[in-house]
Amino acid sequence: MEYKDYYQILNVSRDATQEQIKQAYRKGARKFHPDVNKSPEAEKKFKEIGEAYEVLKDPEKRTAYDKFGSHWQNGQDFEPPPHWDAGFQFGGTGYTGADPTGFSDFFETLFGRAQFDGRQRHHTTFRMKGEDQHAKVMLNLRDAFHGTKQTLTLNRPVVDNQGHVITTPHTLHVAIPKGIIEGQRIRLEGQGLPGVGGSPAGDLYLDIAFQEDDLFHAEKRDIHMTLPITPWEAALGASVTVPTLAGNVTLKIPKGSQGGKKLRLRGKGLCTERQKGDQIVTLRVVVPEAVTDEQKQLYTTMAKLMPVNPRQKMGA
Amino acid sequence: MGDTQYLQGTVLNEEIECSLAEICRLCGVTAEQIHEMVEEGVISPQGLSPTKWHFTTIEIIRVQTAVRLQKDLQINLPGCALVLDLIEELEELRLLKRRLT
Repeated sequence: MEYKDYYQILNVSRDATQEQIKQAYRKGARKFHPDVNKSPEAEKKFKEIGEAYEVLKDPEKRTAYDKFGSHWQNGQDFEPPPHWDAGFQFGGTGYTGADPTGFSDFFETLFGRAQFDGRQRHHTTFRMKGEDQHAKVMLNLRDAFHGTKQTLTLNRPVVDNQGHVITTPHTLHVAIPKGIIEGQRIRLEGQGLPGVGGSPAGDLYLDIAFQEDDLFHAEKRDIHMTLPITPWEAALGASVTVPTLAGNVTLKIPKGSQGGKKLRLRGKGLCTERQKGDQIVTLRVVVPEAVTDEQKQLYTTMAKLMPVNPRQKMGA
Repeated sequence: MGDTQYLQGTVLNEEIECSLAEICRLCGVTAEQIHEMVEEGVISPQGLSPTKWHFTTIEIIRVQTAVRLQKDLQINLPGCALVLDLIEELEELRLLKRRLT
């Protein structure tokens, strides 16, 4: 298994005080909380910080961890020496605050199993509905438009036949209906963490987020896109081929269009049976470069034939 | 793999509406907690009295996020309301920035 450098993860020195560790944890937790930080790495980072704090805030766990020495690198292959935990007892504190479902093999091997085991024996009559679980699902816009099927792998704790709780990967196949939009959630009843003492399992919520796309971006149900056109298409009008999430369509550019004009393609956004979205095309006029003398002459002729002062309103 | 069973969930979209009892069940909170969240402006349900309140996806997601912020970062309810409003504003600004670049 991989060694975890909890001091490095919390960005504190090995001789940091408990107060400094707490402050570093609070700071990191605020920064990487998945509700606040939208980067795909945030959730992983948030769990790492929680795991590091779970060990370093507890003087007993910290002392046991420190016994491995400071010569280990984060991610290095690691096996704990035999009887490393002699004289320590980790049962007392429990998982306070942090969500244990994402803890590493490293943590579980060292601290995880003994603790759950203790809990198991002391609370046999305890009943509680399983916790709800949240997972972020990154979709590309085409899949969101058409609907898609996704296979997800989540970590979840299960009780093995020795009564230990271990986290194992759990695979789910989920149908994502067409027209889902960013920020919406899919609720999968009973697919969260298992209940305790025969109580029902919690629910799983899939939080939908979109991958960046080179051409399109979504704002609620509308898809925005910038369409480059030539000055003559803008001036004279034209029919041009435009990509949409539903495939190419023909768009009529009205004559006399200016850059920045928005044209709406109805129903080409993220639609469900009852909710409709449009594609909004913003025109951008591309000015051809004048290279040859003849091309330069053409611009000069235009200047004579079509005098215009685009800065009139600026008082220039 | 042609016989793989795909789970069909409930999409929390703009068509979802629920009562006080339902939002409590969905978010794992008590009615008292919802009352406090309404008082502190974390959520603003439609309907004049608690028995007539109805909640949309926006409220469900804000309650779930507030519960997590309280648990993970020890933020109190007025703080949660502020964080949620700032996250919303940040999202709008991100979209605006995306549109302008």
